[in-house]
Amino acid sequence: MVGPNNLLYAVSIRSESTFKRFVEVGRVVLLRSGPHAGKTAVIAEIIDHNRAIIDGPATGIPRHAFPYRHLTLTPFRLPKLPRGAGSGTVLKQLTSEGIVEKWNKSTWATKRTAIEKRKSLNDFERFKTFVAKKSRRDVVRKSVKAAKKA
Amino acid sequence: MTVSEYQVVGRHLPTEADPNPKIYRMRIFALNEVVAKSRFWYFLRQLKKVKKANGEIIGVNVIHEKKPLKVKNFGIWLRYDSRSGTHNMYKEFRELSRADAVKSLYQDMAARHRARFRSIHILRVVEIEKNEDVRRPYIKQLLAPGLRFPLPHRVQKSRSTFVAHRPSTFN
Repeated sequence: MVGPNNLLYAVSIRSESTFKRFVEVGRVVLLRSGPHAGKTAVIAEIIDHNRAIIDGPATGIPRHAFPYRHLTLTPFRLPKLPRGAGSGTVLKQLTSEGIVEKWNKSTWATKRTAIEKRKSLNDFERFKTFVAKKSRRDVVRKSVKAAKKA
Repeated sequence: MTVSEYQVVGRHLPTEADPNPKIYRMRIFALNEVVAKSRFWYFLRQLKKVKKANGEIIGVNVIHEKKPLKVKNFGIWLRYDSRSGTHNMYKEFRELSRADAVKSLYQDMAARHRARFRSIHILRVVEIEKNEDVRRPYIKQLLAPGLRFPLPHRVQKSRSTFVAHRPSTFN
């Protein structure tokens, strides 16, 4: 984890860092555990090198302290969010930046929803996808063969 | 276990010589009400000629944090009995409430000095209003404007023993 000395170092190398995602005010994060696992929130204020105050007014996450261990940083951020901004300001900036739509459109989020959907299927539904995939393969194979002949 | 802040009010039992004894109030950090009352008697009998046998507790209340979602810097003065003597200390904590700050103080003292709950007296807990008044560098560094830092080398736990791809630890 980031120790106190690393913190100072990270601040001083602001411009030439090789890292792309930072713990910072306005960073959009994905929660990995707890009652809100799988939802995105925004860092409203950094408490210390282990925890931050997160807020997710657009995704129904109440404002609370959350450890970095149980979240992942996303490439999105609210660049104009002031330190310790309230839920109203966070919601306003989230909607003006269109972060929720951007997140839902991202490959990461679409993959996550696809995996979740696949996990929630029952045996018959899995069978149906298997049959559907088979018929798709059939169409592709036939058209490829036709294209090769021509 | 979580530490809470209690207000304990008590007094000496009324006697013929003093029918209206003085009432004493203390703000005590303790795990529960029972410990809070016990600590109240412990401190009161060191300060005044009152003990549990000849006194009574009038009331015990929990003091809640006014703004539990605001990040605050706390300064804590404490007295600590080490194995070889008694020391006074000042430490700073960045927490959401006074009770949380005291909780992490006990953790910190246990870690650095192997100090137990019984060997620590909390003298004063003060919220530091101005950033310039913060003394300790480990809190000062968190007050830098535009603070940001990466989370390097994040290892994701894998459920299986063997995986096809090496884990990505960099982002």
